[in-house]
Amino acid sequence: MLSLTDITLTFPDGDGRITAVDDATLEVAAGSVAGLTGPSGSGKSSLLAVASTLVKPDSGTVSIAGVDATRMNQKKSARLRREQIGIIFQQSNLLPSLTAREQLLVMGEMDGKRANRAARQREADDLLDVVGLSAHRDARPAALSGGQRQRVNIARALMGSPSVLIVDEPTSALDRARSEEIIGLIVDLTRELGTATLLVTHDLELMPRFDTTHRMVDGQLSLLPAPVGASA
Amino acid sequence: MFLARRDMVFARGRFTLITAVVLLITLLIGLLSGLTGGLAQQNISAIQSLERDRIVLAAETYDESQLTQEQLDAWRDAPSVAGAREVGILRFQIDPTDGDAAGVSAAILGGTEDSPPRDGHVRLSAGAAEDLDVADGDSVTVLGMDLTADLLDEDRWYAHTPVAYVTGDDWQEMETRLGRDNSVATALAVDLTDNADAEELEQLATQTSTTANGTVDSLLAISSFRSEIGSLLLMVGMLFGISALVVGAFFTVWTMQRTGDVAVLKALGASTPSLLKDALGQSLAVLIAGVGGGILLTTGLGLAIAGVLPFVVSWYTTALPAALLILLGLAGAAFALRTVTKADALTALGSAR
Repeated sequence: MLSLTDITLTFPDGDGRITAVDDATLEVAAGSVAGLTGPSGSGKSSLLAVASTLVKPDSGTVSIAGVDATRMNQKKSARLRREQIGIIFQQSNLLPSLTAREQLLVMGEMDGKRANRAARQREADDLLDVVGLSAHRDARPAALSGGQRQRVNIARALMGSPSVLIVDEPTSALDRARSEEIIGLIVDLTRELGTATLLVTHDLELMPRFDTTHRMVDGQLSLLPAPVGASA
Repeated sequence: MFLARRDMVFARGRFTLITAVVLLITLLIGLLSGLTGGLAQQNISAIQSLERDRIVLAAETYDESQLTQEQLDAWRDAPSVAGAREVGILRFQIDPTDGDAAGVSAAILGGTEDSPPRDGHVRLSAGAAEDLDVADGDSVTVLGMDLTADLLDEDRWYAHTPVAYVTGDDWQEMETRLGRDNSVATALAVDLTDNADAEELEQLATQTSTTANGTVDSLLAISSFRSEIGSLLLMVGMLFGISALVVGAFFTVWTMQRTGDVAVLKALGASTPSLLKDALGQSLAVLIAGVGGGILLTTGLGLAIAGVLPFVVSWYTTALPAALLILLGLAGAAFALRTVTKADALTALGSAR
């Protein structure tokens, strides 16, 4: 479960400070997807940065799997991200030198965890199978299409069975058909793996796929009414 | 090293290039170090072999030094001096009495521990014997003196000339034949007592207008050595500096290019130490490959040319430069690590790479 309570985040702006997130509260239950929309500059990315522990808020608490992340130092935050948070970036942000399979294994290897290597390799193969890329596991990013790269991005985020999934506009570079496909995959995996998923998108047509939808304007968060036909 | 290894395979062209550059720099440093060592040995090995606590000279250089009897007596009588040996040095041609070989210009040292035990003999260092093409018991001529040759196993040199040893009396006779009747000795090789008083020695040197330095320090009194070693060491030092800059510059640019990747890894939870370990491991792998290859080539080439050129293949011309190059290269690469530590994980969110 992801719980953001009374989050306020400000940034320096000349002599004063600008409020990027203004007293925002949001809860995402395990196995559900919360959509977050809003105009550019409204504070969506700032809220996402706070939820993924990349930025500490001025006030408020971020609770991930029952742990208050706002009290953690950088080292512990990094560990929390490694173990509990999966991030799906706007662009796939894959490392050019690694194959699809290695993209999933790199974090465990960087961490020096040799003991569970075989288990991690099995998990990576399973996840690539789930996202439909078993046949491309040895391909580097340059040899993959945009949709395939985004699938690797998704599989990478799900390595280690994170309890929270942070998704930053995953379909911005994809066409309609591929966008539907990717969002469908994320929603299905959220249900199947029981992650609490917070997903930022500009695409209002995707909103019916989410359990809840929030809108952010000028740093203020509001819950939108569930549209007719929303998936539950 | 998971990522580092794959980066190196992926960008093999760039890494091959930088490894080749490191290899060539290492080869250059190795060859220059070997040559510096070889040239140094051709200057100093005879003086090094004296192995005494102090070498007393009457001037700043061996070439100018001519000790008087008063100076010798003053040093011999000093309470801090346990023993002293008068050493004479002159340079003249040695000619083989028989055979077709040409004469050899040699440094003739008299009165040393390596001098022959009897007058009328000359002990030739290996290089001199080879040039003269003489064997044990053959006869050679110096300044009209017929001398019987003994051969020394070692190669000894003084100021780029091969060395021959004679007795103190024969050296005096040669000086007389050169018209230097009053010459007593060039240097005094001194052993000090266990409780030698450094201040007393300093005062004595001042009073007698002499200098007294350890054997190693006195090497700078060999004019040719002093003029060569400074410039050669400067070149070696500059090459070390260039090497550190080249490796540092490469890894700085390389790491800057990878800043986006580093930010992604940080966002995904990679710890800064693990990223630093990976980056430094990559530098170390390149340095070991480049420096190792360079040193192997240097050793091979050095062994091949050692008989033709003054070249020393030794730990101080191979292992020492290699270790220094790796250390300096790592220091250079460490500058690049600032990019890793400063990479902002936040930039991975919303970035389009």
